Formats: sequence, C-alpha cells, structure tokens
Amino acid sequence: MTTATLGAKTSRHSNRKNNKPNRQTKKYLKQHGYRVSSKSPWGNPIVYFFSLILVAICVTPVLYIIFGGFRTNAQITNDPAGMPNPWEVSNYVDVFTSPTFWQELANSLIVAVCTMVGVVVLGIMVSFVIARYHFKYSKAMYALFSAGLMFPMTVAITPLYLMVRNLGLANSLLGIILPQIAFGLPQTIIILVPFLQSIPLELEEACMLDGCSRLGFFWRMVIPLAMPGVATVGILTFVSSWNSYMLPLFVLSSENNYTLPLGVQMFSSQHSVDTAKVLAFTSLAMLPALICFTIFQKRIVGGLTGAVKG
Amino acid sequence: MKKSKNSGKARNNFEIFVLSAPAIIIFVCFVILPIILGAYYGLYKWKGFGSPSVNGTFVGLHNYIVALKDPEFQAAIGHTFLIMIGSLIVQGPLAVLFALLLNQKFKGRGLIRTLIFVPYVVSEVIVGTGWSLLLQKTGAVNQILNSIGLPSIDWLADSKIAIWTLLAVISWKYIGFAVILMLAGMQSIPEDLYEAAKVDGASFWQMQKSITLPLLAPTLRIWAFLSMIGSLQLFDLVYIIWGEYVSSTAGVSTMATYMVREGRGASNYGYGSAVALIIFVISMVIALVYQHFVLNRDLDGALAEEKKLNKRKARELKRRAKENELAQIAAAEDESVVK
Repeated sequence: MTTATLGAKTSRHSNRKNNKPNRQTKKYLKQHGYRVSSKSPWGNPIVYFFSLILVAICVTPVLYIIFGGFRTNAQITNDPAGMPNPWEVSNYVDVFTSPTFWQELANSLIVAVCTMVGVVVLGIMVSFVIARYHFKYSKAMYALFSAGLMFPMTVAITPLYLMVRNLGLANSLLGIILPQIAFGLPQTIIILVPFLQSIPLELEEACMLDGCSRLGFFWRMVIPLAMPGVATVGILTFVSSWNSYMLPLFVLSSENNYTLPLGVQMFSSQHSVDTAKVLAFTSLAMLPALICFTIFQKRIVGGLTGAVKG
Repeated sequence: MKKSKNSGKARNNFEIFVLSAPAIIIFVCFVILPIILGAYYGLYKWKGFGSPSVNGTFVGLHNYIVALKDPEFQAAIGHTFLIMIGSLIVQGPLAVLFALLLNQKFKGRGLIRTLIFVPYVVSEVIVGTGWSLLLQKTGAVNQILNSIGLPSIDWLADSKIAIWTLLAVISWKYIGFAVILMLAGMQSIPEDLYEAAKVDGASFWQMQKSITLPLLAPTLRIWAFLSMIGSLQLFDLVYIIWGEYVSSTAGVSTMATYMVREGRGASNYGYGSAVALIIFVISMVIALVYQHFVLNRDLDGALAEEKKLNKRKARELKRRAKENELAQIAAAEDESVVK
C-alpha cells in the first residue's frame, strides 16, 4: 500500500506520459481510475483562516440549535448567546419520550424511503430507455422530463392539492409520496441518463453474445454499474423528501400523519414559550438527514461531479 | 427472416413501453396535469368543493386581472425578483472564491467541505426556526452586537431591513450547494493547463482569471439557472420565519406566500390556481429566455459533440490499452534491468 501511495505521488508530480511506473504500482495510478491517497500537505495559514471563518458562519446557527436544547429557558432569556451552564438534558429526554416525536419520525421515514425507492426504480427504468434504446421519441421523452426541472412543485401546488384530494389521497402519506416521486423524476433522469450513456457499447455487445436480452443486460450490468449514480440520486431524494414542507402542509391535516417538518412547526407554535424544548425537538428532527448526508457525503459530491461533467 | 425482425422490433417497443410507462404516467398525472387543470380552475370563482363548472361561477380572466392589479401581488413579485437577483450577486462571487479556497490541497479539506454543506442539508423549517430565534429583538445576534457596543437591530419586523435579512439567510442556506457545484466544475478542469501556465510564469490570480473562470463558465451558468428557479419558488423560509400574515407587512412576501395565503388560506381555489398559473408563466418565461440566450451555448455544443464524443471515447480506450501494454513492457524491462 505504501508503494502504491508513493507511485501515485510521483505520478502526480512528474510528467505522466514519460513516467515509467514499476510493476507493483502501475495498477493504482490516478489515470486508471483509482483514488490517489488523500495524504495532502498542511496548507497555508491564510487558507485555514478563511476556511475556518466560512465553516464558523455555516455551522454556528446549527450548533446554536443543538446547544440551545441543552439549556433552560431562563438561561436562554438571560443570555441568548451563551453556552449551556449547567447542561440540561431534560429537554432532549422529554422529546425522546414523547410519542408524537416517534410518530412523526416514522411518518417522515416512510415517506422518504418510499419516495426514494419510487424515484430510483422508475427513474432508472426510464433513463435506461432514454439512454440505450434508439427510437423516434427518445429525445422528446428526455425533453419532457428535463422541462419538469424548470417547474418546481410550488407553481403547481394548488391544483396539485386538488388533484390529490380528488384521488382520495388527501391526508394520507401516499398523497405525498406519489407527487414527490413525480417531481423527483426530472432531476433523477438528468443525472442518470449521462451515467447510463457512458456504459461502453462493447459491454452490451459482449453481454448479447453471451445470450442476454436487453432486459437481462439492464438487470445484470446496468443496475450494478449505475450504483454510484443511483446512490447520489437516492440520497438527494431522501434528503429533499425529509425536508419537504410545502406539500405536507397542503395535503396532511391530521396530526397523526404529520411529518417532522410540520411537527417542528406545530411544536414551535404550541410551545412558543418553551424555547429550549423547541430547540431540542428541532435538533433531533434534523439529525437523521445530517447523519445520512455525512455518511454518503463523498458519494453525493462525486455524483454531482459526474453530472456536471456530463 | 423478416418475421423474426418484426417480432424483435415489437419486443423492443414492448420493452420501451413497459420500462417508461410508469414514470411517464406518474409524471404526467402529478406534474403536467395539475398545471393544465390549474389554468382551467383559474377561470372560475370557486371554493374548492365539487367541480368548478357546477359549484363555481365562470369569471373568465377576471382572477388573472385582479391578481395582476393587486398591489400586494405586485409587491410580492418585486420582492421575489429582488431576492432572485440579490442571490445571484451575493452568492455567485462568494461561491467561486470559496471554491477556489477549498480547491487547494490541504489537510482537513474534506471535513471543511462536509461542514459547509450542513446548512443545505438541514431543512428550511429547522433553519427558519433557528434563525427566527437568533434574530429576535432580544436574541443572540443582537446580544453579540450589544456586547461589542453596537445598537440592537430589528432584523425581522423592520420593513426596510427584513428583506436583506431574508437575503442573508438564503445566501447562508444555499451557498454550500453553490460551492460544491463550483468545486465539481473546477475539478474537471485539466491540471495540465495550470502546469503550462506555471511554466509560462503566470501568477495564481492570473491563472484563475484566464483559466478557471472561463472554463468554469458552464458550471456558473447552470448554477445561476438553478438558483433563479429556486428563488422564484421561495416559500418555506419566509413562511416559517415571518408567518402567513406578517410577511407582507415586513416586506418579504414572495409570489408563493401570496399564492398560499390568498388561495388555500382563504379557500379561494380558483383565485389561487390563477396566481399559480401566473407564477408558472413568469418562471417559464424566465427559464426560456435564459435558456435561449445563455444556456443554449452549452447545449448546442453538447448536442453537436455527442456523436463525436462516442468516437473519441472509443479511440481513447484503444490508445489507453496500447499505453498500458507499452507501460507493462517497459516495466518488465525495468525490472529485468534492475535484476
């Protein structure tokens, strides 16, 4: 492994084409698609200074919410910008033991997971058709979906709500899931189509020679190969569903069906005096999306890079 | 022979149908149809019960005229456009600078990249709740200002300041996304260019000006498009921080908050649909104009190059295979020399 790193480093610093790699290292070079070990040098202090300012600006308000949950209302009123002193756990305990929180968490999870699965399954199927079949309407189909990117849910929300209600889906989780799948498709297709187009034709031919059908190729080769793109799309969909507010606000009317964003809003209007508990509730509500994002952060950034490169 | 070809084609069409029908049905049903229905509902004065033609009264274009003449809606359009342009001006340059900063190779860069993405991942509701507490008259921000000797500012209620507060919160929320997009764009710029520039004696800023910025232009254009579309539908943050009714007196109402308040809030579904359609048309005009004058350059290039690209890829693969072979031979030779 150390030699591999070394090889990677030399390749980065010297002219790549004339570099004659020795036998152990040649497999692990950057141009072969391997990630170069991330042993970077320490940067310039100025770089750190500005980065830290940037990070502080981005993270402080979020930390304020989390730490605020550990304080009492008296602490918050007397010293709004202070740190918890002493640390108070009761707010978090209260939220953890309230059935409302768990109910809303479960609702949010159901909606987010179903939306994610729906978007990924439908998205990859139609992306495969657009990317790999040659037929008259493939361009039109792509145009149809990419036009959808221009029209976010907001502009259609009133008639969309009426539509959902006419289908008898008002105040049900399905009434959020289906529209979210529909509105998630454009983004998915825009990211996945270039991904699927980049799978070499030779693979498909080889697969056909081995007696696979188009669908067999789809099932055995495309889906595994498209996993990085699928992961990106899936996580983005999950997070945006987790955070979505407007559609649940329109569709859901009974508190049993509330998702977390609605719950946070309701909780903060019901307990407007109890700031500390609101903060505790709020910080617990954002945790799942944050964790999900931190774990898959590299995937998302990598997937976006692929999409931008097209 | 002919028959088998035909059945192959039929099979092909069948596959296309099975794979794409579910997505198209759900897309048409929940995206396209509501927009068309909205245009129809917008012609009626209707409270949302039954069907508009039975339970509502046909008023023609009355709803549209009322909406466009309503000074509150005009103000909301004005705020939305201010936010849209303000976000571009504030976030664009900052995002490029921050991306340049984070594109340097240094320890801890990955962590910093994750952290600046945090505001983007946290939901609008949570961000809104947090900021509305921070920015209260007796909140943390004012306390910090007081402690360094500055007077308190009424961030949320003062109608002269509120819109700038909103712009700041929005920039805070979405700049992480812009930075990540720019970073992705920067990383697809070949490093050879910088090496060549270095050989020619270019300074850091010269390189950024003549290499990074021009090559980042497509990313910038796409980001600007996404940002504009996002600004046009701004709703959650305003609704959470300012609430349904305060937003217009604080001067931060947007087209979407107006639509929700007048449409669903007042159960005037006909009117709400008309406003939705107006927002839709405004967004579409902006999107099309932008696409025509700005994005098209990228798309034209992309379409023309698509065919070339496949050929080039094939050639590239062949070349690489050859290079690999050569490298292997060379490595083998090297080893034998060492031995």
